[in-house]
Amino acid sequence: MAGALINVPERARRGEIIEIKTLVSHPMETGYRRTQLGAPIPRDIIRTFVCTYNGTEIFRAELHPAIAANPFLVFSTVATESGTLSFQWTGDNGFALTESAAIRVE
Amino acid sequence: MDRATRREFLKAAAGVGMAVALAPRPAAATPATMQEAIRRVVGTARVTPGRVKLELPPLSENGNTVPLTVSVESAMTAEEHVRAIHLFNEKNPQPDVASFHFGPRAGRARVATRIRLADTQAVTAIAELSDGSFWSASANVVVTLAACLEDA
Repeated sequence: MAGALINVPERARRGEIIEIKTLVSHPMETGYRRTQLGAPIPRDIIRTFVCTYNGTEIFRAELHPAIAANPFLVFSTVATESGTLSFQWTGDNGFALTESAAIRVE
Repeated sequence: MDRATRREFLKAAAGVGMAVALAPRPAAATPATMQEAIRRVVGTARVTPGRVKLELPPLSENGNTVPLTVSVESAMTAEEHVRAIHLFNEKNPQPDVASFHFGPRAGRARVATRIRLADTQAVTAIAELSDGSFWSASANVVVTLAACLEDA
């Protein structure tokens, strides 16, 4: 099944800009390909990704079929306080995945 | 008899060939449809080239995963920040690639991902700033192996 890899620094100084990397396993089927028998393969992609920091949305992405399989996203945020970063992917065919990571800000 | 079979076979083969050639391909995005997609996002606002930095390899061996980094110079304060970055392409079946939304909490308007490119083409990034202005950057990529076209 689907799994996600998340890279968030464990600790950061207050006010520091930290980089977050996420990789989720998903085929991102475009909907434009056909099987060898010519039957179209239906689209199956991740449509949205949202990252929240202690409940506040800090980054959101809307994805289209032109995003490569196993969507990889790198973005950043300001380390404001200790807490959790939560990551949510939603897509076609009821795909939903939530992951979280803890961060300590000192 | 033998001849006839051979003729029949060639006829049939030609028929199949034609059928394959005439099979409808998905409509591809063109520079014009990309402009249309950009207009849908931007509205009637003016898009000025500059401020956006779009990094893509000039030559990509595999169109299935092309690394892309886009960043915008901005202080990212509550008064002045980048609201969103939208990515478009010219020749994939669909002109949209992705939209990224930021806020002052992002600290830095920079995002990296991997995209698919069906052909050698230009990719355009449009940044939407909190003051309502739009800025853009484009990059050309030569693609050796196209994405989207292979059969599963």
